[in-house]
Parts: sequence; structure tokens; C-alpha cells
Amino acid sequence: MSRNGQVLLRVENLVKWFPITRGIIFTRTIGYVHAVDGVTFEIRRGETLGLVGESGCGKSTVGRTILQLYRPTRGHVYFDGIDLTQLKGSELRRMRRRMQIIFQDPYASLNPRMTVGQIIAEPLEIHGIARGKEARERVEELLRLVGLNPIFADRYPHEFSGGQRQRIGIARALALQPDFIVCDEPISALDVSIQAQIVNLLQELQERFHLTYLFIAHDLAMVRHISDRVAVMYLGKIVELADRIELYENPLHPYTQALLSAVPVPDPAVEARRQRIILRGEVPSPVNPPSGCRFHPRCPIAQEICKRVEPEWREVRPNHWVACHLAE
Amino acid sequence: MPPLLDVRNLEVRFFTRDGVVHAVNGVSFRLHEGETLGIVGESGSGKSVTMLSILRLIPQPPGRITKGEVLFQGVDLLKLDEADIRRIRGSKIAMVFQDPMTSLNPVLTIGRQITEVLETHLNMSPREARQRAIELLRMVGIPNAEERLSDYPHQFSGGMRQRVMIAMALACHPQILIADEPTTALDVTIQAQIIDLVKRLRDELGMAIIWITHDLGVVAGLAHRVAVMYAGYIVEEAPVLELYHNPRHPYTLGLLGSLPRLDRRERRRLVSIDGMPPDLLELPRGCPFAPRCPYAIDRCWEENPRLEEIAPQHRIACWVDVTTGRPR
Repeated sequence: MSRNGQVLLRVENLVKWFPITRGIIFTRTIGYVHAVDGVTFEIRRGETLGLVGESGCGKSTVGRTILQLYRPTRGHVYFDGIDLTQLKGSELRRMRRRMQIIFQDPYASLNPRMTVGQIIAEPLEIHGIARGKEARERVEELLRLVGLNPIFADRYPHEFSGGQRQRIGIARALALQPDFIVCDEPISALDVSIQAQIVNLLQELQERFHLTYLFIAHDLAMVRHISDRVAVMYLGKIVELADRIELYENPLHPYTQALLSAVPVPDPAVEARRQRIILRGEVPSPVNPPSGCRFHPRCPIAQEICKRVEPEWREVRPNHWVACHLAE
Repeated sequence: MPPLLDVRNLEVRFFTRDGVVHAVNGVSFRLHEGETLGIVGESGSGKSVTMLSILRLIPQPPGRITKGEVLFQGVDLLKLDEADIRRIRGSKIAMVFQDPMTSLNPVLTIGRQITEVLETHLNMSPREARQRAIELLRMVGIPNAEERLSDYPHQFSGGMRQRVMIAMALACHPQILIADEPTTALDVTIQAQIIDLVKRLRDELGMAIIWITHDLGVVAGLAHRVAVMYAGYIVEEAPVLELYHNPRHPYTLGLLGSLPRLDRRERRRLVSIDGMPPDLLELPRGCPFAPRCPYAIDRCWEENPRLEEIAPQHRIACWVDVTTGRPR
């Protein structure tokens, strides 16, 4: 986990709006969901950047827009210096070999009509890397790598538990020997005792293959555990970004503070002492986000300026970025 | 003082085409007045089926309560006829479920659904019922309660729907509130709001609560006593501090070890529990946790340990003393 490694991925002012349409024959756009509304960050080679936030904050959309599974409305994504937003067709496909994704739902992300072997071999065939016996050998090697028995290659996804399916999804992501993997809530659907298995596996694979991760999740404790740096999203914006220890021990944004205080700690003695910041209300709609700072309607310390002026994204301390007028 | 609820040796089976599912295998516990009992377990551990069986809400067939007693204030609920159990269900013992969308009727207004409970169980006039419904919605923190009575469930957010469910559950001043993963589908900041609300109501109304969850963090700050379930058995039960600070069943130890802690900065490898929960169609002869247990001795494969008291109010079902690694 390099601290000063070279930048592998640079996201610049990324915006993704989804149109809201009315009408069936004469379709017209009546508004936009501002899913991602201008985010900027870097990920260094070999690093894990955690991206946390609550449902609907746009964290998954960031992951998918980076991979160009959604084309951005605005902004740039530089991968190893190349702007992915400008690439098309075979050029983009060539870059995609180096970037993979692991999905949240291991039930929906594996084709039920394909055997595990076919699922894992598919990327190898599409990219013309291996077929037939060679592909088969590679599949078996990948299955072993993720802790599954190679004879599973002939079975179908429904024969496996959630944790095993997630291992299959990881094997598929590794098939092309990527540099970068977007882990989109890879453990949220799993039982507690299985979550730790998958997290440990992801960490082992990272060390072994020098992988770079964007780890998207809503579980703050797990994100802190796996990440080198953590970014917090709220309603389409990154509100704070810092080193894993700095962010958790010295959160500067009131939303980060509330989020951290809301996470229950599995220790009754600690829980009895803790003061919770209970936020008012709920996350507003991303169709019509609040003016100024998007967090101001729920913010316990909001001032007049927060309603009018959008806070600047600034580096308050070395490597600690925050978007809040009041943070010092 | 006799317990409010005394569940003795409850056994529930599901008779399916594939065979007999051993969902609950002789579960016994007690709940005292004003007490909060946390029941922790992963999917398939039998925690929800146990609670549904107490209120006789499991579908029969395929389910059947094959053994046991559920004594509520000395009366065995399993022996009551349908009319009598209905008088207890929702009135003396109320339940809140994980997914409020499926437990609310989508075509009736919230007002109608709450007043129905009041008119049925408490014989209120429509006018009184409406007044009481407004009070209840205010009590659970729903803004503009009077206007919101005429809204439909889909017009409420997830957190607000869960508040409505709690209002309905509390409508008849139940003595026991059974909450089945009521915050699992919610974001952490909304979860914190709901837990805060339940704690406040518990203190105001003095009801006993059974809180079912897979999250050891949530019950740490809420429960007085915690029972851990695995494969249809209670494997450990203790007062909350004792359970977290002195866990004695290998499964509880494993669960606690597999959680990263937000209040600790060091990064240790997560202790994962190898393998998967057993197939409830074919439970092993010995301890159901033995195949995954790092402490297992020969006896564990032969004989299933019973739940025994090892310290005051601390019960475990295990042949081994985890503090020494030797037989107890």
C-alpha cells in the first residue's frame, strides 16, 4: 500500500445526470437526477480508496462512470494518463481489460445459464487471450486463487452460497489481470461471518497482484479497515477526503461527524458512553438539490452563508480535503 | 417475579418437497417486564422463525410447531384458539418487521391502517381513533401528522414508514414489542434516529422488547441481555456486558472477531469463520458449529452440547472452555 505511489486514476470534475422523461411517443425530458455533481479525486497505484455514503448519494454511479459503463455528462477520467471519456470502440475495450468491477449482488451479477467456468472464461475469450484448453486451465487457476475447488467450473451459480458466488465474481474480475478494480459494495449482501472472508481475500489479492481498489460501501467500519484513504459522499458531491486514520479521528465535515457517530460499536461499554449526533430529517431529492451547501438543511451548525454559497473544495490540512465553510 | 414471556423448548419444522427443514431446534428463553432482549444471528439461524412462531404467524403448512410451550403471563399461546391468539397478537404482543413496505397495505391510507387497529382491538369510535392515530404519529416523530394520515405508504420514505410501523405496533400499548431487523434496510443516520426513538419510547412506556438483528453493534447499545443463535439453537446467552467482554462460545467469538471496529485505529487481519452455516435439511449429529469451529474436539462431532449455565446468567452450548482450549 504505497503512500506516494504514482497516480493511476484521476477523476476530474466528474458529472453524471440521468434524465427524467415524460411521455411515451413524444418523450421529453422534464428534469435530471443529479446523481454525481462534480467530483474530483485521485487514486494512486496499489492504493485502496474507500468511498462511503448513504443510499442514493451517487457512490455507485461514480464507480460505473469511471469505468465508462455510464458515459459522464461532463468531466474527465484519466487512467494511466489517458482520458477514458474520449475513447470509443476498440480503444476503450483495450483499456477496459485493465479495469474491472465486482458487484454487490452475487445473485444478479452471474448469468444463471452459464457454468462457472464459462462465466470466468468469457472475458478471456472476448479479449482473445485464451480459449479451449488454455482458458480452462486459467479458469482452474483462478478458482484456486479465490479459494474455490477447481471442479466447481462445471457447476452453475445457483449451486453456490452468496459468499462463494462473490468469490466467483472476484475470479471473473481477475481473469484479465487488471490493474484496477471497482469493488461496488462487494460484501453488503453477505452474512457477517462471510464478509470477513471476502475482505481478507480482497486484501490478499491486492498484495499479491499489486491491485488498486476503489472500495464503495456504506459500512464505515469496514471501509476504514480496508482503505488507505476515504472519501465521504453526500448527495452527489464528495464532502470530505482524508487518510483513513485522520478522517475517522479528526472528521471536519459535520456530515462525516454525524455519520461516524451513528455507527454502532459492538461494545456495550463504549456504546453507553457515546454521544450520538442525530441528524434532522432525511436526504433531500437529488432531482432538486438544496442551494448552497447541499447538507445545510440537515446540518446542526449551518449558518446563513451555507444556504447561499456552495462551499469550496479545499485542503484544510496536508492531504485532508473538505467542502465546508465552517471547517478549520 | 415470573417472567413475562417464557419460551420452553420450542421446536419448529418446515415440511418441504426437499425434506424437513430443522428451523428451530429446542429454543428456550425468558423475557422479563421492561427488559430488552437482543437476539443475534445470521440468515437461517432461526431467529425470525422463533419470533413468528411465538405469535403463531408461520405458514402452516409447510411449517409446524412440533414441540414446546410459549407462556405469556402464564398462558400457553400455542394452545389458544385462533380467536384468542388474535386478541393477543398486535395488542399485547406487537411486531415490527424489516421491510415496512411489505407489511403495510399499499392501497389503504396510513390513517386507515392505524385506525383499523384501534377500532378492532380497543373498540374506539372512528373519531377517537383518528385523534389517537394523530397522537401516535406525533409520538414517533412524523412531522405534520394530521395531514399525513391521508397519505399512502409509498408517499413515505423508508425511515418514515418504519416510524409508521412502530406507531401501529404501539397503538394498543403492547407489553412486548418484537422488532425483527427493523433497521437493517435503513441507512446508518436513519437507523440512529429509529434506535433513538425506540429507546425513548421504551423508557416512556415501559414495554419489554425483543430486538432481532444480525448486527452485534446495534444490540450492544440497546439490549440488556443478548442471545446468539446458530442453526436453530441458542448457543450463548448472557447479560450484554458479559457477552461482549467475556464471550465463551466459539461462534460468538468468531462473530466479534470478524467485525472491524470503528473505535480502534490499528488494522488487524479480520478473524473470519471458515466455511458456511450447515444445511438445515441435514443437521450433523454433533454440535452444528463443529465443522467451522477452531476449538472442536472429538466429542463435538459425536454429541450436541446443551445450553448450560457456566456463570450466573451466562449460558453456553459448548463442550470446550475457550479460555483454555480444553474440555469444560
